[in-house]
Amino acid sequence: MAQENNNTQMSEKEAKKKEMILFLSSSEEKESFLSKQNLKLLSDPLNDDNPITVQVLGICSALAITVQLQAAVVMSLAVMVVMAFSNMIISLMRNLIPSRIRIIVQLVVVAALVILVDQVLKAFLYDLSKQLSVFVGLIITNCIVMGRLEAFALGNGIYKSFLDGIGNAAGYGIILVIVAFFRELLGSGKLWGIEVLGHKGATMAESTGLYALGYENNGLMLLAPMALIIVGIVIWIQRSRNRKLIEEA
Amino acid sequence: MKWIRQRLDKIKEPFSKGKKYEKFAPAINALDTFLFVPNHTTQKGAHVRDAVDLKRVMITVVIALIPALIFGIWNAGYQYLSQIQEQVGFWEAMGEGAIKVLPMVAVSYAVGLGIEFAFAVFRGHEVNEGYLVTGLLIPMVMPVDIPLWMVAVSVVFAVLIGKEAFGGTGMNILNPALTARAFAFFAYPTYMSGNGVWVSEASELDAVSGETILGKLAAGTDVPYNTMDMFSGLIPGSIAETSTICILAGALLLVLTKVGSWRIIVSGFLGAACMAFIFNLLGGSYPNNDLMNFPWYNHLVIGGLAFGVVFMATDPVSAAQTYKGKWIYGFLIGLFAVMIRIFNPAYPEGIMLAILLMNVFAPTIDHYVIQGNIKKRKKRVKAQVKTAV
Repeated sequence: MAQENNNTQMSEKEAKKKEMILFLSSSEEKESFLSKQNLKLLSDPLNDDNPITVQVLGICSALAITVQLQAAVVMSLAVMVVMAFSNMIISLMRNLIPSRIRIIVQLVVVAALVILVDQVLKAFLYDLSKQLSVFVGLIITNCIVMGRLEAFALGNGIYKSFLDGIGNAAGYGIILVIVAFFRELLGSGKLWGIEVLGHKGATMAESTGLYALGYENNGLMLLAPMALIIVGIVIWIQRSRNRKLIEEA
Repeated sequence: MKWIRQRLDKIKEPFSKGKKYEKFAPAINALDTFLFVPNHTTQKGAHVRDAVDLKRVMITVVIALIPALIFGIWNAGYQYLSQIQEQVGFWEAMGEGAIKVLPMVAVSYAVGLGIEFAFAVFRGHEVNEGYLVTGLLIPMVMPVDIPLWMVAVSVVFAVLIGKEAFGGTGMNILNPALTARAFAFFAYPTYMSGNGVWVSEASELDAVSGETILGKLAAGTDVPYNTMDMFSGLIPGSIAETSTICILAGALLLVLTKVGSWRIIVSGFLGAACMAFIFNLLGGSYPNNDLMNFPWYNHLVIGGLAFGVVFMATDPVSAAQTYKGKWIYGFLIGLFAVMIRIFNPAYPEGIMLAILLMNVFAPTIDHYVIQGNIKKRKKRVKAQVKTAV
């Protein structure tokens, strides 16, 4: 008799749970896969809500690995993988994580993913991973990753979190690529490692392309301050085109 | 005079409100107010308008720069010709120098004013007159042989990033002329430092000692100049920085017209002298360090120290504003300049970095001076209240 009673209680609880789950999933399923809102998650970080130029997060790696275009692209892909999956995993666990230790849990997840990415890079792109050196490991501390986990993944569903991760990493990547484009082109006269401005020989007579006319590479572009200045210029241009980003003084 | 005025009014007509070229009004207004003091009157309040507006102030600085510029032109020619021939005539040297220097001045003004005019038209404000001085200063602190396009790029950087990004004349944190030089220094180091750039075509002439005194000291070689040479400026260096006499003549004009602050100039030299003197005292224990043992009075007359302290540190926009702050600001510039010279052989001349550094700190200095003053006055009021009670 007692057991029966217990059973009915259990089933009542389960039924409620099922209802909750159904409610939750149905509310999520109402939207199509690439609905307007979901697309906004992808497109917003590219301009209006860019993690670097608007939220001013992840500046450190934007300065450190934008000397060459190749490194910047690989870095942004690495960040994209880490962000998409960490957002997904944390979103999956969001109801299980006690909020007092959530930062530690987030760190563990992110660190595990970063190590995976690092190992893959070491296995398949050894030279580049040497060049990126410590900065792949430092994705763990990248403010954008933690910021999106805290601000988005902890409060949203899996698919949305995944899109948010992709979108923000793309927003980060696009700035990285813009900065790296100018730094590599003006700093070392190359793009993707190819000498696009001609070859610089020991003397002017031995040089080709622009160098034969007396052009010189801009050494300042190779130094970190110039990355900051280029990011500043990007912000300047972006805000003069997109007036709603300008804060009230 | 009246004739010029009438002509100008005629030219200005299509630019006035509602006419065809209204958009380009700032450009023509800049020329107009440059020639004539605008007859603005203050509408409200009891403000007296002086005829000496910003344009007249800037022109004073340009006039103060002219002795140093003329000497720089002559010295550029002299340093070059004296390497290849025995006797160098005055006009010969002037001609040779002018060929090298004047194109740089022209490029600097053309590019800089072009950007200024473009921004004025685009943003719809009047042309800022700050560039009158900056445009002359930039070529004056460059080496003779720097390619013209590098001057142009540096000017673009200084005006865009150093000034317009902050809101134009009067808003910049850093001195624009030094921003241009710092940009060129870090971007094209082989053209801005070393022993082949200070004398024209030194790298192509054999056996030319084109090194600056600071470069020689840092490298530990003998210095073939005496104090008088350094004071008068017959030494290799950036175009207009060598002659301390001419710079002091300019400084006199700046101080007499109160355009430049004498507090900054005096404290700047004082700071450099103090620091160099301390290093002289310490120098006994480092007999191999030529820079440390270089007499302190020589430190004041070599390199760009005098030029920087007189013409760049006194820039009213980027300098400290309070009297006490000016003393601290100038003193630290001199101190840091000598410190960078002696401790960092990679930067033989420290004045550029010292001024830029103190530009950044000038608002902080002002803040603490003002806070200190407020505290002092509060204390005084308290004491008065107490005695009254």
